[in-house]
Order: sequence, then structure tokens, then C-alpha cells
Amino acid sequence: MANDGVDKGRRRFLTATTAVVGGAGIAVAAIPFIKSWQPSARAKTSGAPVEADIGKLEMGQMVTFEWRGQPIWIIRRTQAQLDALPGQDSRLKDPKSTVEDQQPKFAQNEFRSIKPELLVLVGICTHLGCSPKMHAELKPEPFDPEWKGGFFCPCHKSRFDMAGRVYDGVPAPTNLVVPPYYFVDDTRIMIGVTEGAA
Amino acid sequence: MANRLSRAATGVQEWFNDRAPSFGPFYRKHMTEYYAPKNFNIWYIFGVLSMVVLINQIVTGIFLTMYFKPSAAEAFASVEYIMRDVEWGWLIRYMHSTGASAFFVVVYIHMFRGVMYGSYKKPRELVWLLGMLIYLVLMAEAFMGYVLPWGQMSFWGAKVIISLFGAIPYVGGALTEWIMGDYLPSDTTLNRFFALHVIALPLVLLLLVVLHIFALHEVGSNNPDGVEIKKGPKGNRWSDKAPTDGIPFHPYFTVKDTFYTGCFLLICAFILFFEPTFGGLFLEHDNFIEANRLVTPEHIKPTWYYTPFYAMLRVIPNKLAGVMVMFGAIIVLFFLPWLDRGKVKSWRYRGAGFRIALFVLGICFVWLGKIGSGPGTDPAETIIGRVLTAAYFGFFIFLWVYTAFGFEKTKPVPERVTGHD
Amino acid sequence: MTETIMQKTPRWIAGLLVGALLAVAPAMASEEGALASSNASLSDLGSLQNGAKMYFNYCSGCHSLKLMRYSRIADDLQLSKEQVMQNFNFTGANFGEQIPATMSAEDGKTWFGAAPPDLSLMARAKGVDYIYNYLKSFYLDSSRPIGWNNTVFPNASMPNPLWELQGIQTAKFKPAEGDVPAEFEKFEIHQAGTMNAEEFNAVARDVANFLQYAAEPAALQRKSIGIWVLLFLSVFSLLAYFLKQEYWKDVH
Repeated sequence: MANDGVDKGRRRFLTATTAVVGGAGIAVAAIPFIKSWQPSARAKTSGAPVEADIGKLEMGQMVTFEWRGQPIWIIRRTQAQLDALPGQDSRLKDPKSTVEDQQPKFAQNEFRSIKPELLVLVGICTHLGCSPKMHAELKPEPFDPEWKGGFFCPCHKSRFDMAGRVYDGVPAPTNLVVPPYYFVDDTRIMIGVTEGAA
Repeated sequence: MANRLSRAATGVQEWFNDRAPSFGPFYRKHMTEYYAPKNFNIWYIFGVLSMVVLINQIVTGIFLTMYFKPSAAEAFASVEYIMRDVEWGWLIRYMHSTGASAFFVVVYIHMFRGVMYGSYKKPRELVWLLGMLIYLVLMAEAFMGYVLPWGQMSFWGAKVIISLFGAIPYVGGALTEWIMGDYLPSDTTLNRFFALHVIALPLVLLLLVVLHIFALHEVGSNNPDGVEIKKGPKGNRWSDKAPTDGIPFHPYFTVKDTFYTGCFLLICAFILFFEPTFGGLFLEHDNFIEANRLVTPEHIKPTWYYTPFYAMLRVIPNKLAGVMVMFGAIIVLFFLPWLDRGKVKSWRYRGAGFRIALFVLGICFVWLGKIGSGPGTDPAETIIGRVLTAAYFGFFIFLWVYTAFGFEKTKPVPERVTGHD
Repeated sequence: MTETIMQKTPRWIAGLLVGALLAVAPAMASEEGALASSNASLSDLGSLQNGAKMYFNYCSGCHSLKLMRYSRIADDLQLSKEQVMQNFNFTGANFGEQIPATMSAEDGKTWFGAAPPDLSLMARAKGVDYIYNYLKSFYLDSSRPIGWNNTVFPNASMPNPLWELQGIQTAKFKPAEGDVPAEFEKFEIHQAGTMNAEEFNAVARDVANFLQYAAEPAALQRKSIGIWVLLFLSVFSLLAYFLKQEYWKDVH
């Protein structure tokens, strides 16, 4: 190998610079391709906030709406159900709803809701994505003799209380998700967006 | 630190060498120990550029496949979905559509280069034949790709091109129905063209490209002087056995090609971002109207890269003869290595007759392209078209007569290649 | 080694070929007859906004823009959601939805003989100047079922939507002589509109401009991104050129 009269430093510098600039170019060119996997304008439209009319929702009842293809439950809780909530704290994984992202700031309270009686939840188990069933009555159930109302997931037996908080000793790691929402007026809820963010 | 890094690199290399001892020699054979003539000029960059475009087409094509719907009902809207709703979808689509035209620009120049410098001559006939096969497959690939957006030009272009097969005696009608899977281009046709466009033909294309390069590397590259460097003196600064006038492909031609690739991408990017339809040549106006099988567009014509052949078809008044002339214009290129009996490769040292004839061939091709993209209603243009078609075929007849019967007066070919960039 | 004239030739010819291609390309592409230029520009935001306003007030009743979303118009034309929903949306569609026509396609067929076409891609299919001239070329023609005709698109089954602004035109033709068909000469104002010719030209330009935008919304970003790409590629090519020169010092 001959290297007569070759300025090795210059050669190495130019090779490195061209490689780095070219590599950066390829990296930047990859961004549009990666970003094209984001939800498209069409997906965002069908994922737009949904208005829910709860004027006819009676005490102890649940209605289901769809937002971003997920079931959204709205439940008008009875006084008995609400009263039972504080007593569950010792049996729960995260009684104070400290895990971020499981609920907007406004729902980080005892009832995990804006108005105490009205609970809004994403009806998807935080374990593996099944949809739990509501067992609203405060009576012993086969899966829990001290049941005070809540949700039971048929897939892997995860249990949640009437605020969607997860019990200790079940596979689900976190509380059920509270979606962003706000009250348009007394009977209408906008799901998918917090007030003022629209 | 640097020491440890280089030791790690050596370790990895050894690990591979133990397990795949042929990788190293393979790399050297095609890169660092492939000795290419040092006198390549700008005409010699188009092979590499067509590889660049091929990679672009494959990558952008894969992404378009993720959003495109291959059905007559949804195809047109799904292309506009890509253009509007998919983030950066417009860029990916324009990269693919601009790339398609760039592919043909580059391939046509690459082919013209081959004729200029006699690159199809012995011992490179196989390289030429494989290249011609690539060109044929590329035309089919581009045609089927053009059908996919299911605009007016897609539909009517498909109809016209497929109808060409109807000119074949006896089986023509049955053949066109078989190709379409229907009595007109339909959902079924679109669906099968999609499969061919995204899977079958790209696989064939890739295989042919690999064979084309292997065949070239067996015999070594030609050069603007048409001198065989392997027959010249041996020994250069990199190896005692290498031809003196050859230099390693890597790094010398990789850096040179990198520079030209940058320039090429500059031109492509200019078109892509500032004039992506290229005035209606790369993306035609009528193709922004969804396919309507009841209304034919006023000017029905194929994309620009087929128009020279389309013009030949149109100026011939008989359907079967027209189709034969059109396909013949492509087929005749396959026989070029045997039609040209000249002893000298490069036009630099060939007779004036060859150089003039080649120049005329180039003019015929471009002019026919212009005629083929027009409305085709001017009778004078039809006459011109016939003359040009005759001149196109005339080139091949002339070339054979000129070279086989000793009319060509060549200049002395130098012993060694002359100069370099 | 010195370069002989022989080695210079190919490059010279390459330049000639590229030049010829560039010269031939526009000639191959342009087939449209002489249409007056609209001077519409996508960088004129005011024109686009006014065009949108005019479009939704005068065109969107019959013509859909199925490939556009209200939300996209708000984003691109720098309008608020409220502005778009109150001033442009007469169909009750959601903000993110694609833009339908107020009228149903069946009604269009009964009233005009053919359903009015969707205009999402009209500017790409016909050109922005075509739309501009079309909007200006309506005239009274009692021989047509709807009483209107158009010199740019003869026998179009569409009445002049902007007659209140433009006024009502009649067309003067040179009468047919033997084989020579009747030839259009000029328009005459039959009844004045609320705008003068200059004001109306601006309206036609703005509507054409808006439809040009609607046909390719990406065109708004395309060029500004393109400049950066070109800059980058120039720098890269220059670096690669230096690198090539450096390595090729070895080659004698």
C-alpha cells in the first residue's frame, strides 16, 4: 500500500465530515417515514372528542359511549357506593391515585371524578386490555366476599372498586384510566378533552 | 480507548471470518479489488444513479403500500388520503412518482452511453442482454404502477396498452380478457397489477440487477476509450497483478459517485419540491380525475417514457403492424451486439458514419417522444413520425451494413486509456 | 495528462442533451389553449382566505370538497375553529370531517341534469387559470335549458353563481360562414352587477386560488421545505466534491 504524499489527516477529516453530514441527512430523511405512522388526519377525526348526553342517566346506572374506539363508561353512583369508597383504601394498590397518566389532575381525588356521583372511566382493564364487568351491588360475590361494588375483569380476575381503583393481589398493575372530560352543562359531558384545551 | 475500539472491531471481523469466510473475499472482489478504468467520465455515473433510484423506489414503495388500497372503489381516494391525511404522505408519494420518471431518465442515458462507447460489444454481450431485460421489466413495472392511482389516465392507459395484445392473431381477444380478468380494466385487474407491481416484478428486477452487476464484474468495465485495461500493462500502486490503468472501485469511485449522487439528488429535489408534476409530464393532469369507464379523456397518451414507442404504434395505419413495429423497436436493441460488427468500441475512434447515425438515432427517439405525447391529429406529424420510425430502424440496418462490409473508416485506437477527470 | 478535445465532447453533448430535454419538456406538457393568467399565488394568504369565503358562500351549496377537511382549512389558512365552523360550515358536519355539498347529488341531477362535480382536485385536473377564466365567462344563452352558457366550457350545465357580483353578460359571436363555425368575439354587460370588472377579477382569482390550494394543500409547505433540502444537498455535494478531489490525488 502506497501513501506517498497523502495528507492522511485531511483525508480522514473529509471522510468523517462527509459521512456525518450524509448520515445526518439520511437520519432526517427517515423522520417523514417514521412520522407517517402517526394517526392520520382521518384517524384523528374519528378520535375527536365525543359529546355524551347523560340527562336520562339514573342513579346506579351505567351508559357506554365510544371514544377512539374504546368503551367510555359513565356511571351515576349511589350514596351507598360513594360511602363505601374510603373504607376500601387499605385493600388497594394506589388508593390516592398517585400514578400519573391514569387520570387527569382534576380526578386525583377520593372519587376520581369532577362531580362526586358521576364517574367517567375508560372501560379497559389495565392488565391486558379486556373490558371488565360492573358488579354494582354491595354484596358478597364469588370472587370477593367483602365486595362493596366495583368492576371485575373476566379475563384474569382483576378487581376494581367503584372509583376504578385496583385491588391489591390482582394482575392489573394500575387503576382504571379516567379520560379527559368536562361538563358542557349539567346534562352533557365532552369526552376526550379537558376544559379550555379545545 | 481507540486501541480498545480497534481491537473490538478486529474481533468482530474475525468472528465473521470464522463463520462466513467468503464474505471478505466477496466484498473485496466487488469493491476494494474491483479495478475500474480510471478514465470514466460523467456518462459512467448513471448505472450507480439507477441503483440509487431503485433503492428510493423500494423504500418509498413499501411505505405507500401501507396506505394504498388496491381496489377500484378505494384506490383513487386512498392516493389522495396519502397526499393529505397521512403525515408527510405527500413527500413519500412525490418521491415515488418523481423517482419513477428519474429512473427512466437515468436508464435511457445509461443505455445511450452503452451504445456510444460500444459497451455491448464482446466480451460484454451478456451484460447488455441482462440490462435489456431490466429495461423490459422496468417498463412493465412502471406501467402497472401507473395504473394503481386509478385516475383517468391510469384506466384508459391500461385499456389501450392491454388492447395491444388483442392485435395478436387468433388468441388476442382471449389474451386481453385473461390479462384483465374481466372485459375491461376493473377491480380485478387493479388488484393483480398491484401484486405484480409491489412483489413479483421488484423481485425479478432485483435479481436481474444483481446478475447485471456480477456479469459486469466478471469481464470488467468498458471505458470512454473502449480500451480493454485487462489487456494493458499490469501493476499499479495497489496491486502488482491489477491492470495499471485500473483503480479500486472503493474508495475512488465510491467517493466520485457520492459526489454525483449529491448533484443528482439536488436536481430531483428541485423537481420534487418545486414542480412535482413537471408540467403534467411526471403526473398528468387527467390522472387527477378518478377513472370513469364511460368517458375517455380528450388526449389519451402514455407517460413520457413510453411515448417514442407509442408514436410508432400510432403512425402505422395497421393495428397488428403497429404493435409489431412498436415491440420490434425494443426487441431490435437485444441484437445490437451482433448487428454491430465494428472492431472499434468507442465512438471517439469510430467512423464518422457511426457518429452521425447515433446522433440521428437520438434525435429520432426524442422527436418520436414529442409526437407520441401530442394529440396525434396532425397529418403532417404522422408523415414525420413514419420517417422517424423508418430512421430508427434504419440505424440498425445501416450499422450492420456499415460495419459488416468494411465501410467504416476507424481512427487508430490508443494502446492505453487517455486521461481522467 | 492533458485532456484532448475528444474527451471534452461527451460532456458538451451531455449538456446539450439535458438542455434539449428541458426545452422539449414544457412543449410536450403544454397543450392548453391561451387562457388569461389568473396571477393566483398560494403565498397570498389574504387571497386564499377571501377565496375560501367566496367559495363557501357561492360554490359549496352545490359542489363538495370531499377530500378537504374543515380543520385542515382552519390550520392552513390561519383561521380559528369558530371562524371556520360559523362562516364556512353550512352542513352541520364536524370540524374534522370532509366537506360535503349542502345539496344532495340527486337534487343536483334533477335540477341541472348532472350532479355538480366534486371540486377537490379540479385545479390539478384543469389548471388554476382554467377556473379563473371559467368563472368569468358565463353568458346568457336562451338556447340552453338553464339559460346560461360558458365560452371556456361550452354547454356546461351550470348557471353563473356570481352573477350578482359580476352582472349579467351576453356574448357576441362572429356569425358562422360556410365551413367556418361561429367565433366568439367579446362579452357585453347586459345588466351591471355590484362589482366593477377589476373587483370581480380579484374574486375570480381568489376562488381559483383557493381551489388551487384545496387541490394540493401540501403545496403550502412544499417549497419552504424544499429550500432546506436543496441547501443541505448543496453542502453535502460540496463536501463530497472535496473528498473526491482528495482521494483522486492518488490517481495519476
